[in-house]
Amino acid sequence: MLTLTDERTGTEVSSGVVLDVTAHGAGATALLLSGVEGVRDDQEFATLLGGTHAVLAPSHPGFDLSPRPDWLDSVEDLAYLYLDWLDQLEAHDVTLVGCQFGGWVAAEMAVRSTARLSRLVLVDAVGIKPGSREDRDIADVFHMSRGELDRRTFHDPVNGPGDLTAAPVDDVLRIARNEEALACYGWEPYLHNPRLLRWLHRVSVPALVVWGESDGIVTPAYGRSFAEAIPGARFEVIPDAGHRPQVEQPERLSALIRDFSR
Amino acid sequence: MEFWHFSETAYPFLPPAETYESIRVQLPTSLMDPDQAAGLWDRYLREWQLADEAGLNVMMNEHHQTATCMDPAAPVVAGVLARTTKNARILILGNPIANRKDPVRVAEEMALVDLLSKGRLEIGFVRGVPYEVSAVNSKPVMMSERMWEAHDLILKALTTHDGPFNWEGRFFQQRHVNIWPRAYQQPHPPMWVTAMTAPSAGKIADHGHVVATFLTGLEGTRKVFDAYRARYAELGRPAPADDRLAYAALVYTGRTDEDGLAGAEKLMWYVKANKVPFHHVQPPGYTPYFVRASGLRGERSAYDFQSMTLQDMIDNGIVFAGSPDTVREQVENFYRRVGGFGHLLLMGQAGFLDHDETVRGIETFASEVKPKLAGLAAAGSSR
Repeated sequence: MLTLTDERTGTEVSSGVVLDVTAHGAGATALLLSGVEGVRDDQEFATLLGGTHAVLAPSHPGFDLSPRPDWLDSVEDLAYLYLDWLDQLEAHDVTLVGCQFGGWVAAEMAVRSTARLSRLVLVDAVGIKPGSREDRDIADVFHMSRGELDRRTFHDPVNGPGDLTAAPVDDVLRIARNEEALACYGWEPYLHNPRLLRWLHRVSVPALVVWGESDGIVTPAYGRSFAEAIPGARFEVIPDAGHRPQVEQPERLSALIRDFSR
Repeated sequence: MEFWHFSETAYPFLPPAETYESIRVQLPTSLMDPDQAAGLWDRYLREWQLADEAGLNVMMNEHHQTATCMDPAAPVVAGVLARTTKNARILILGNPIANRKDPVRVAEEMALVDLLSKGRLEIGFVRGVPYEVSAVNSKPVMMSERMWEAHDLILKALTTHDGPFNWEGRFFQQRHVNIWPRAYQQPHPPMWVTAMTAPSAGKIADHGHVVATFLTGLEGTRKVFDAYRARYAELGRPAPADDRLAYAALVYTGRTDEDGLAGAEKLMWYVKANKVPFHHVQPPGYTPYFVRASGLRGERSAYDFQSMTLQDMIDNGIVFAGSPDTVREQVENFYRRVGGFGHLLLMGQAGFLDHDETVRGIETFASEVKPKLAGLAAAGSSR
């Protein structure tokens, strides 16, 4: 079992919600919202981003070491939780970076309020369904072998967790806990909010949408649809990267964000 | 002791297992011949009828998107059995109410079947096996919570007779619940809930429902029954009667031991044919994350029957097979080892066990074993 954070060791946000937070670097505030891979896999990227920003990298309730109160079970809850946290911190001009599942949360935050944000960055985000009812816009990650999952997620599957029978126990515990959390938040409708596409026009800060060219979970075409729904958003494709460019091409991604932040 | 004949109504005429990834969820129905399937239903229904004629009760279940079970709608088949059997109690074990989106509809179905059978229905509930979360699009997280809210709504729907009530729960909302018809049995048909592990038994005990275990063997079953009994003690109630405790095993009774084992060997199809990839066996949230983590790391679960031989399964109390005396001894031994139980569910048909073989097994058990087990536990209703 993992030892989850609590009121003593974690960061209390809204009453009753405790987050495990890591911080990197210095500069203008950046809030980094990870996907199901969890904060540890994104650490190298977070450190690079820390070169130009004061990065706050929480684990969402239910992921890694952050406990999940029973009532907190939707992406909308996460969006309000993080907006509450930014209010609590009296943060301003925040660069909000959301990766994959974290990108869905970031988009839901941004359509509700950009008051404390200066920029939005989405990296292979899920959260919308651009296609019609029989299209499978988002590959069903709960319905495939580990091998297929790694092949679709990574440009080079060697960047994935690989053979779990040989992996460290702690890594596998985190994978299991994180996948349960993803199922909790994103089972049905599957990894998207049917209303979100309609409201993305509310995003009133500059937005950068970055996509790994080899993303086999949500294709670059899906990413383009996401970007087209956000007024003035820039769309960039990173070659030699799949669904998690922050893991496979952290320097390229952080350079893109650095340029975007100027 | 009460005895119940059960078949999972499989369609076993499949190409070799090497040609497909999974027998469940994704196996295309191009592999199923409608005429053959209809013929199988003729014989499965006839077998339940023969069980009734032989003095046994009948049990059925439902599964989805699998060749291992052609019944995705237990209430439909229960409705058929309500008219094709005369004396047997009819147990659905069970309605997968963590997966069914409309518990009020479940209550309606149960009331209707109870009327059609003139009060012979017993209502079982299950959480649903893990394979089906994809098949029925059922969220594998919080399944227990959903199951119990559905149970509470169904119970209230079956027992409310003074007009509509409101229900706006965490998982289910319906503002005017007032089911017609009402059930035949009052206050409601007996209820059963399956439990595979001890922690699940407590809530079942709270309601006084029958706790049903399925192929859990000597040790696993003992743990569940003990947890059920412990909860009764905690609540200050007298110890539960045997008729609160049920166990399902694969059972084949032959004229001789050799005959019995040959039949049981065919029943083993049920466990050997269950080729299912890991992502269907352990979806995230179905079991606690650290249990799933063990599975991801390749550790075998207690209910991994693939590597067990028939003798292993007999030794573990998962299969009862042999001559009538042998089967009787196995049941008596099981009874002693688990501290007593009052319902034996006999999975008496599986895979390629043909109609004649199945009928012989049913009839041999009914005439040669059942009478000799009469003293084991006082036969009683499930109330």
